[in-house]
Amino acid sequence: MAIRVEDLTFIYNEGTALEQRALDGVSFEIPDGQFVGLIGHTGSGKSTLIQHLNGLVKPTGGKIYYNGEDIYSEGYSLRQLRSKVGLVFQYPEHQLFEVDVISDVCYGPRNLGLPEDEVRQRAEDALRLVGMKEKYWEQSPFELSGGQKRRVAIAGVLAMNPEVLILDEPTAGLDPKGRDEILDQVEKLHNARGMTIILVSHSMEDMARYAERLLVMNHGKKAFDGTPREIFRHYKELEQMGLAAPQVTYVVHALRERGVDIDEDITTVEEARDALLEVLQRA
Amino acid sequence: MIREITIGQYYPVDSVLHRMDPRTKLFGTMVYIVSLFLADNVWGYAVAALLLAVVIRLSRVPVSFMVRGLKAILFLLLISVSFNLFLTDGEEIFRVGFLRVTWEGVRMAAFMAVRLIFLVMGSSVMTLTTTPNQLTDGLEKSLGFLKKVRVPVHEMAMIMSIALRFIPILVEETDKIMKAQMARGADFESGGLIQKAKSMVPLLVPLFISAFRRATDLAMAMEARCYHGGEGRTKMKPLRYARRDYTAYAVYAVYLGVIVLTKFV
Ligand SMILES: Nc1ncnc2c1ncn2[C@@H]1O[C@H](COP(=O)(O)OP(=O)(O)OP(=O)(O)O)[C@@H](O)[C@H]1O
Ligand SMILES: [Mg+2]
Repeated sequence: MAIRVEDLTFIYNEGTALEQRALDGVSFEIPDGQFVGLIGHTGSGKSTLIQHLNGLVKPTGGKIYYNGEDIYSEGYSLRQLRSKVGLVFQYPEHQLFEVDVISDVCYGPRNLGLPEDEVRQRAEDALRLVGMKEKYWEQSPFELSGGQKRRVAIAGVLAMNPEVLILDEPTAGLDPKGRDEILDQVEKLHNARGMTIILVSHSMEDMARYAERLLVMNHGKKAFDGTPREIFRHYKELEQMGLAAPQVTYVVHALRERGVDIDEDITTVEEARDALLEVLQRA
Repeated sequence: MIREITIGQYYPVDSVLHRMDPRTKLFGTMVYIVSLFLADNVWGYAVAALLLAVVIRLSRVPVSFMVRGLKAILFLLLISVSFNLFLTDGEEIFRVGFLRVTWEGVRMAAFMAVRLIFLVMGSSVMTLTTTPNQLTDGLEKSLGFLKKVRVPVHEMAMIMSIALRFIPILVEETDKIMKAQMARGADFESGGLIQKAKSMVPLLVPLFISAFRRATDLAMAMEARCYHGGEGRTKMKPLRYARRDYTAYAVYAVYLGVIVLTKFV
């Protein structure tokens, strides 16, 4: 039991005319080593929710526990929590500031008070992990392309070696290859190190492919919680929330309507391919 | 923390003050500021306080929101109060070393504090009830006569409205970058002065970069929409005085009269 959220409520600008209820009674639990996808329409409170998980925002109501400890209790070190729960913000490239790539990535581990050679080692590992070639390391981060900046920013969080990695739309605005590369790396971290991953994304295909479990947010409330297969079965309700199921799920449903006997819970292209081949062989 | 700067932030509710012509509010703020410097005894400030209270009530902006703006001038307030307190000649109350506190000093310091506080709150009423766009519209129109002597009134108004518009954006941006760096273990609170200054670098560099990026983006967007200054540009919502504005001007006249009268009490 790594992260437990109980009845979390958050209101922006409380007590003013600009009041905005961003989270409303959200509860869930994320065990160690799970790959969780977080989806929801624009403004549904995803970014607000994940900022609570490493103590950057103080909730209006409700509690958050990390490994059983209330993170907002007296004397709990939020700085230590932040080294364990790494958070990559939406458009993280806007946080770069150093003269060169490698020093920017060193910023996080250095803040942890590690010895200098370990700081450097971790930064190099993190940069290799996100696929930044050595020739870029001494360059100014501001001279890189948007996608490269994104990788450097992600490396900046990875270098802190977190137990939980939260990514807020890490692939928005990347090309398909870059997107797959980054998500594959994340999956590798998940498989190899057992890192808990919370991924926010608007791509249902990515969610079906990578996530073991989906949390669906709708107007600040938790709407669904389950495996991608279970969730995408509710594609009609999802559509009402401004979401959708993966394309291939629609194809499968259309096929079923025409009398093809195929599993309705198919969410990825690979699954559909295998199922279709089987159907054809049977015929 | 950083969100608490209310100067230059509009508070969206509907009230008489919100509907008032920006020129009326600008002029009113000016009258109020002048009156604060005209008043020189308790009675004058009492009248000014009364007006402020009534106006705040009318604006339907919570008082707490208005008082928050004062935090920004706390330092200035402290300095001016202590200067007045210790450096005014007159009848001595007590002294600590070379610092003398006099009755006149206490009086001056108290008035100075009241003046500054009313001044900030009075102008906050205006900025809280007027959108930056209305405000600059009002300014542009009120100062329109200066165009005849080739003062670039429109351009200045535009610069001001953009600057005002950017304050909340930059505040938000600061908040966001701060959080992002805190997620990387940054610590903006502890440490000595030098340590603190150093810890600001990861905040300031991205902030400046984003400010410049926004500025160039905006300039490009304006040019793409054929912006070419005030020449021949018409307004979507031309300013027109309504009854309440004439009433307001009458109130200003009476108020100024009363303030002048209090000088002879
Ligand atoms: N700094 C802020 N001040 C006031 N309201 C905010 C702020 N940030 C977000 N909100 C509001 O809170 C709600 C939730 O926003 P949030 O950013 O968490 O949404 P999101 O699910 O991440 O959306 P997106 O998919 O667009 O990133 C929105 O209605 C938004 O308007
Ligand atoms: Mg978001």
